[in-house]
Amino acid sequence: MLELRNITFDVHDDGQDKEIIRDVSLTLPDRKLIVVTGPNGGGKSTLARLIAGIETPTSGQILLNGEDITHMSITDRAKKGIGFAFQQPVRFKGLQVLDLIRLAAGKHLTVVDACAYLSKVGLCARDYINREVNSSLSGGELKRIEIATVLAKAPSLAIFDEPEAGIDLWSFQNLIDVFQRLREHIQDSSILIISHQERILNIADEIIVLRDGHLVRKGSKDEILPELIGTSAAIPTCRGPEESEAM
Amino acid sequence: MIQFGNIQIDEIQMRLLEEVADLHSVPEGAFNIRSNGKSAARFSTANIEIEPKEDASGINVHIKPGTKNESVHIPVVMTQSGLTELVYNDFYIGEGCDVTIVAGCGIDNCGPKDSEHDGIHRFYVGKGAKIRYVEKHYGSGTGTGKRILNPGTEVYMEENSTMEMEMVQIKGVDDTDRTTTAELAAGARLVVRERLMTHDKQRATSTYVVNLNGEGATADVVSRSVARDDSYQKFDAKIIGNAPCSGHTECDSIIMDNGRILAVPGLEANDVDAALVHEAAIGKIAGDQIIKLMTLGLTEQEAEEQIINGFLK
Repeated sequence: MLELRNITFDVHDDGQDKEIIRDVSLTLPDRKLIVVTGPNGGGKSTLARLIAGIETPTSGQILLNGEDITHMSITDRAKKGIGFAFQQPVRFKGLQVLDLIRLAAGKHLTVVDACAYLSKVGLCARDYINREVNSSLSGGELKRIEIATVLAKAPSLAIFDEPEAGIDLWSFQNLIDVFQRLREHIQDSSILIISHQERILNIADEIIVLRDGHLVRKGSKDEILPELIGTSAAIPTCRGPEESEAM
Repeated sequence: MIQFGNIQIDEIQMRLLEEVADLHSVPEGAFNIRSNGKSAARFSTANIEIEPKEDASGINVHIKPGTKNESVHIPVVMTQSGLTELVYNDFYIGEGCDVTIVAGCGIDNCGPKDSEHDGIHRFYVGKGAKIRYVEKHYGSGTGTGKRILNPGTEVYMEENSTMEMEMVQIKGVDDTDRTTTAELAAGARLVVRERLMTHDKQRATSTYVVNLNGEGATADVVSRSVARDDSYQKFDAKIIGNAPCSGHTECDSIIMDNGRILAVPGLEANDVDAALVHEAAIGKIAGDQIIKLMTLGLTEQEAEEQIINGFLK
């Protein structure tokens, strides 16, 4: 279980302090799939990065299973069971997909076991396992490999920052299937997805709405989703956020 | 002492052989092992003859036309501090051969004097022959004397021959001046993959001059390097197109700490149908690469090592 207590995050920009996250408190229970949504620039990705330790809050506390991890390094948080899939995955010259999956698993996986993670994200494993994680991969391929690394890590809290960004429509259905299977086998872990795609919101147990750095709504999917339909916090797959009305 | 075929070598020499030539026992095929300035073991096969030079230090290697799937190992190990040697090794590769040549030099210097091996390798590659050449350099030892390697490689390629060269120097060599020149006839293909890492106060320069003289000749010279601590590298690659040909040179480097790198890619086109390209990029490890690996549970230092290992793989 992850708990955020009065989290605030400021950045210094153009000579003045700007609040990105304002006094957010919430609890992410185990065995739940939670989706954070809200308009662009509302602080969703920042919240995910604060939980993973990539950013440190200006004030407030983050507790993982009761332990204060507010000032813990990214590495230590990862070892405690937090996994993070980047919105824009990183490219590595020379490192192969197999290397990355093995590093994620933290052990020397066999090629067959490593391939299983690629198959789960809809990639033909044989074609990808020895590829370099470099610019020869398309954005969509890279994104799916990124998700495969988080699956291989098998974290107790898996965070996915806009997993649908850069993925084509066909792959999108595949992605929904991946998350549904993750949800079915959630056991004692929990999943946090940053997204404003209606179909991802639709598989959530709980939905959190962030706007201008504030937590404005939190509740079960059945309670929150109907309020969001038709706003930029829940856009159908075939429409981009710019086409939707701001909420 | 360790029994190595019909000779005895010490443990340090054995370790050097493993580092530079992946040799754990006597290799199959032809070989010449040079240890502390002398030939320690030599073996020729029916198709590959190795003979000592009469007028200079070094060997001649004759590979009969049509020899296929055979290999030649010619590692050099030095464990005696203060030894300086200049060695000429010439390879005469017959038409239509397909062979692998593994060279390499390991120096262990535990003394106060500099140890230096300057190896000049000349390759005369016959028509249609295909050569894979691997050369690894390695240094170790706690002495204050420098470990110096100055390899010179000259390649003369006849029509439609292919040479793939893998040059590796990852650790322990204090000072290197590497010069590689190549002359390619029509249809010849040269591929160079250089991997270099320097650390502490090491200095390495690598110079290539490739002449594409015949129609359809191609060259692809790619260097990946890492300069850490206070080390310095210079990569100077020049491709000259004297005929309808294609050439590509690339230098991709990571700098760390106070490391410095100078990349000097050069192209010269003397024929209107010469297509030549160069690329060069130098920079430190991207912060988001380190962060990504940290989210997988690696420390910052482990992440750096993995990124460098992958980059130099």
